[in-house]
Amino acid sequence: MVSLTLSWSTTASAVSAAFLGSLVEVVEAFTIVLAVGTIRGWRPAIAGTALGLLVLAAIVALLGAALDRLPIEWLQLAIGILLIMFGLRWLRRAVLRYAGLIPLHDENEVFGAATAELRTRTSRRRNRLDWIGATTAFNAVLLEGIEIVFIVFAVGAGHGLIGAAALGAAAAGVLVLAAGCAVHRPLARVPENALKFCVGVLLSAFGVFWTGEGLGIPWPGGDWALVGFTLVFLLAGVLAARMARRAIPEAVA
Amino acid sequence: MSLVRGTGKQILGLFLDDDFLALATLIVVSAVTVLLKAFTVSPLAAGGALLVGCVGALFISVWRTAHAMRAGES
Repeated sequence: MVSLTLSWSTTASAVSAAFLGSLVEVVEAFTIVLAVGTIRGWRPAIAGTALGLLVLAAIVALLGAALDRLPIEWLQLAIGILLIMFGLRWLRRAVLRYAGLIPLHDENEVFGAATAELRTRTSRRRNRLDWIGATTAFNAVLLEGIEIVFIVFAVGAGHGLIGAAALGAAAAGVLVLAAGCAVHRPLARVPENALKFCVGVLLSAFGVFWTGEGLGIPWPGGDWALVGFTLVFLLAGVLAARMARRAIPEAVA
Repeated sequence: MSLVRGTGKQILGLFLDDDFLALATLIVVSAVTVLLKAFTVSPLAAGGALLVGCVGALFISVWRTAHAMRAGES
């Protein structure tokens, strides 16, 4: 039986990963909802967002009930493998962006593209809900929200930390909404690539940790091994970015 | 229907960005499982192999992408 003893290191890592990962995703969803609100009006933006949140709540309820029935070792192994794939994907993309091999994500550019697209689509009807606007907001909230749900369940389910991880994600949502309402513009100054790099490091570390626990590997130092894995992936990410920069000298300029 | 397809693609895309990286990760985890269960390797060595394998997969994936881009530019 796997020990369910919680340590500070695991809880802090789970909350940090959920908070930082959710921050990135909420910023991306906020940009699209803001574009819908600005171009098509706030009624469809709010309706689409509310419907997206309802569907996400249903997914959380279904997933939570299903996860409760699985043995903890299977859960850790399955979530661990998915987390390694998910975390390494984020880390790889952040490394390639730092190396200048793929462009940085620009919220102003995304906002500009979304507003241009929404302006060209002309099905707005007076006194009725604008379905194009509502669907665009719904899609953004649902698709970015699914990533948040996965991160929260993935970092929390293995050690009964879903509540703590959900609090981290909720804090990110409140922070982005407060900042977004204050500036009423896309949050382009959020250092998205740095956040994605950190989340990639944390999720990869969690992935190795859970997968090992699922396979019955007794990690030296118990939950503190997670801190060691985090440092290993952090160093690996920095070195990989340097290696990629050297591969293409022009990318440095 | 396009929403369902889009959502499905997005969920798959959460894990599969670079085919090589996804495949390498699965191979590393499978190899470690086989080492542990079939060859009774020490759990600590298997854990080390899991960590090193994942880090190695990341390096190779980044290196492959960088060199593919260099080859595309030249």
